[in-house]
Amino acid sequence: MRYLTDRKRAVGSGSGSEGTHHHWKMMVSSICLAVIAPFFIFTFGAGLGSSFEEVQAFLSRPFVVLVLALGLIVGLNHFRMEIDEAVEDYVHGLAGKLTLIAVSAVTYLLMAVGLFALLKLAI
Amino acid sequence: MAQFTLPKNSRIRTGKTWPKPDGATNVRKFQIYRWSPDDGENPRVDTYFLDMDKCGPMVLDALIKIKNEIDPTLTFRRSCREGICGSCAMMIDGINTLACIYGLDEIKGDVTIYPLPHMPVVKDLIPDLTHFYAQHASIMPWLETKTNKPAKEWRQSIEDRKKLDGLYECVMCASCSTSCPSYWWNGDRYLGPAALLHAYRWIIDSRDEATGERLDELEDPFKLYRCHTIMNCAKTCPKGLNPAAAIAHIKQMMVERTV
Repeated sequence: MRYLTDRKRAVGSGSGSEGTHHHWKMMVSSICLAVIAPFFIFTFGAGLGSSFEEVQAFLSRPFVVLVLALGLIVGLNHFRMEIDEAVEDYVHGLAGKLTLIAVSAVTYLLMAVGLFALLKLAI
Repeated sequence: MAQFTLPKNSRIRTGKTWPKPDGATNVRKFQIYRWSPDDGENPRVDTYFLDMDKCGPMVLDALIKIKNEIDPTLTFRRSCREGICGSCAMMIDGINTLACIYGLDEIKGDVTIYPLPHMPVVKDLIPDLTHFYAQHASIMPWLETKTNKPAKEWRQSIEDRKKLDGLYECVMCASCSTSCPSYWWNGDRYLGPAALLHAYRWIIDSRDEATGERLDELEDPFKLYRCHTIMNCAKTCPKGLNPAAAIAHIKQMMVERTV
């Protein structure tokens, strides 16, 4: 029980002076994904079901590697920002902060593993 | 962590069923949420039957008839009975709206009436709107000027006045904010659609000189950016307003002054 005025509860610590940057980054990555996603799907789809040698040959083309790498980087970055929003919505306090750190760690790990696999296949 | 289930003492039980009116042929069933802070009991849903041949056309007419003729303990807010005061906002047939302008003929089958969701209940259909009003006060809902002149009223062009249409009509009934999932989970920090619609109403007022300060105050991941454009606010608004559009305009102004 805290004896706070209604106004004090509503205002809290005031403005965090943050949010627009995140909002803008989300918009930019959404637009980028709108362009990259079709290329990613068609490029990735074209390689599905092929043998290892065929995939290796397919991935030796710079355009294919670039599209897949861009899809991984931009897609996972966008994914991380979206998950951050969901975590901020539903998980609060220390648990929320730890979840945000875990989400970032998992995303960067996925990104590193994906890029490593791509490079290994391409080179 | 967000709480997805009701605590034990908030779980709704079946309540009292009141007798049907004698000799009535056009009877309608009303299921109404009841809770009193005085008896220590869980909330319940009471069932009432009304003779529709002797009842007015609106949900508020039915509530007043129940209170006057069947159960005087039924508690709800009402005042203007014409959609101007915003007092009788409640969840009717699963929609947050004003009981005074919601017709009984718009509802199929039984009529269910609950208080506005995700708000503390004072009694029966009365939610505690203290925090909601404090949030509204925090956005400085008044004309803020720095210039002393003119000393009399400030003029506004017809075009600038038109920008306030669709905003000034809000009666602060809280139907929109209490229909917003973001407000349910983060109502303590997120201002909600009603307060943000009012904030935008003052931001775009050509006579207001505190646009920058107002935007500064809203620049916050929770106050403004918890809006995920779910659009429940626009769907439920009994006055047909679109708070989601107002919020989108604020975000647009934020981007324009940053990028």
